[in-house]
Amino acid sequence: MAGNHNDYQVHKAKILTPAFYVLLFFTLLGFMLIAYRFVMGIGAVSNLSDGYPWGIWIAYDVATSTAFACGGYAMALVIYIMNRMKYHPLIRSALVTSMFGYMLAGMSVMVDVGRYWNAYSFFMPSRWQPNSVMFEVAVCIMAYNVVLIIEVMPAILERFIHMKENKFPKLKHYAMIIYPKLDKVLIFIVILGITLPSMHQSSLGSMLIIAKSKLNPIWHTQILPLLFIINALYIGYATVIFESFASSMAFKRPFEKEVQQLSRIIPYVTGIWLSVRFIDLYIRGQLSAAFAGDYYSWMFLAELLLILTGTYILMWKQYRQSPRMVFIAAMLLMIGGGWYRFNVYIIGFKPHGNWSYFPSLPEFFITVGLVAFEILGYMVLIKLFPIMPKVHGEHGSDAAKAH
Amino acid sequence: MMKKTRRDFLKTAAAGGALMLAPLSVQAQQEIKADDEAVGMFYDSTLCVGCKACVSKCKAVNDMAAAPMPGDSDRLWDAPEDLDYRTRNIIKLYKNEEDVNDHAYVKHQCMHCIKPACVSACPVSAMVKEEGTGIVFYDKNICIGCRYCQVACPFNIPKFEWPETFPKIVKCDLCKFTNLKLKNIPACCEVCPTNAVIYGKRKDLLAEAKRRQAANPGKYQKAIYGEFEVGGTNVIYLAGTSFENLGFPKLDHESAALMSEHVQHTVYKGFIAPVALYGFLAFIALKNRKSADQVAHEHEVEHELEVEIQHELEKEKEEKKEGKH
Repeated sequence: MAGNHNDYQVHKAKILTPAFYVLLFFTLLGFMLIAYRFVMGIGAVSNLSDGYPWGIWIAYDVATSTAFACGGYAMALVIYIMNRMKYHPLIRSALVTSMFGYMLAGMSVMVDVGRYWNAYSFFMPSRWQPNSVMFEVAVCIMAYNVVLIIEVMPAILERFIHMKENKFPKLKHYAMIIYPKLDKVLIFIVILGITLPSMHQSSLGSMLIIAKSKLNPIWHTQILPLLFIINALYIGYATVIFESFASSMAFKRPFEKEVQQLSRIIPYVTGIWLSVRFIDLYIRGQLSAAFAGDYYSWMFLAELLLILTGTYILMWKQYRQSPRMVFIAAMLLMIGGGWYRFNVYIIGFKPHGNWSYFPSLPEFFITVGLVAFEILGYMVLIKLFPIMPKVHGEHGSDAAKAH
Repeated sequence: MMKKTRRDFLKTAAAGGALMLAPLSVQAQQEIKADDEAVGMFYDSTLCVGCKACVSKCKAVNDMAAAPMPGDSDRLWDAPEDLDYRTRNIIKLYKNEEDVNDHAYVKHQCMHCIKPACVSACPVSAMVKEEGTGIVFYDKNICIGCRYCQVACPFNIPKFEWPETFPKIVKCDLCKFTNLKLKNIPACCEVCPTNAVIYGKRKDLLAEAKRRQAANPGKYQKAIYGEFEVGGTNVIYLAGTSFENLGFPKLDHESAALMSEHVQHTVYKGFIAPVALYGFLAFIALKNRKSADQVAHEHEVEHELEVEIQHELEKEKEEKKEGKH
């Protein structure tokens, strides 16, 4: 970690682009609807009901988007645990994506919870309820948000340290004092940044164990936590690839070759996931239900097909050499992995009685607004701070020397 | 290098897998037993005449708003269609279209489970099961409104005030703070003219239900709903028609709350697994970090950085000095 600051660069480009304004529009629309929700109540903006108390704010913004935000986690595993330092240049953009992804989760939880002013309950030991999966998830995600901010800090500090024009002399002074100290302890924060997602990503699966009578048996199993953590891993890698290709296209940067090599890992992870999934279905005698051809079965097949196709593409070297195919595979895996989480949280969830749920427009646009805000923040941050991997060959000799 | 890292990865995967698979290994459900002092209600559907005195008394005692009938612009009637944030207790009627004799009233409210999923789910202890009596009640001053209790409850009982700006969860608490406190009996049981719903200790109520079944074997369904469902509930039912006809879900005898707690506690027991995972990861990461070729490189860059920062600091000092002069 130390000294690898040479791997990154500020993406020098205009901040106020057309894309910026489009994202700003959706962000503001979302925030206006959020304001409306806080005045008029959740019922006024959403299609949530006593049968479906959780909608897309939980199923997408929390359960799925934190999986999309597992890029930082997945990359840290490869780099620090599997010791593949060559992927190090990718970590900062992955971490920043993670940070915004988890911020989105935190923000939408505050929109979703009805009695947000009591949220301080989580900091009062007398109210802690260790039997609750939600308690573990909430505390763990809060902690991980802090960890992610610390992990992104070096990029911010470096910017102040290497500032040419001395606009903020005080900030520069403090940055120079903090940076070496932070650098020494950062590895322990990074490890915490691997431990915490392992905990809450599995718990996001445990969350639905208690709803046994409501969740379709194709998805309800005691090993939901195991399935969710493996799912988070391959979604994490897929997101790193997607994010890298997307920013290559958006910012007209050359493709990052490491990303294509990284895609080799994915078939192993999805392979394990698919095996566990099928063995579990077989043991619980639900295989016939999964292929019965009814609505739930089709939802299962959609999830399966997306993941299988993505995996299949990445198994072949000739496909992996085509950036386009790798990009498509990554998207299939993100959608498929996210589909699985939707199946668990909404589609496979059927409470007793005549209930139905489909998100309302305001509900949908609140989520869109928060996602737009997330992308906006990412786009601004990479143009202000050294986060993107340094383009090979530009000041290239540095990066080449490092390996 | 390649081989080593692959082995490391496998080791990590194995450790992680063991951690997550732990819940699979233990299948046995602990037995749930009601407290001898636990109180509850016993509703005999065959005695109910559908007068709804219990519904209106419940609303009066617990200060619940009326639920107007659709199309009732004068708002003269309180006509709840189902349990909701204005209705903790409701009487419904089941009618068999083909057989006029096959009809039955049914009362719905919180079942006061022996092992309540809502209490197990609540992250901040806003849902509580009272020691001894076993009454499941709610404290709005603690609740954060996450609605996990609604997701968890197999009977769909906790309701949320959707139209409110500052909403709360609503459910039957056996009149714990109202009628039970004042008159030692829940409002619905107090006013029932036919004794279709009675209040008492669960073990006495269960004995009474079995006595009625034995005395009138043709009249009742064999099952006592609530005796075993989700580990047993403190509210129990007898009926002449099937419980599915009366809107009750068919539920396992095991408690999903116990299953969930078991998985959660296996993973987090004494916080050993997360700490071990952290230690294990830290060990590998630090070892990797110190691998020979990297150390050299690290020192080199570290040194460069230190020199650079030192240089900057000195420059700053000098600038300050110059500023003073």
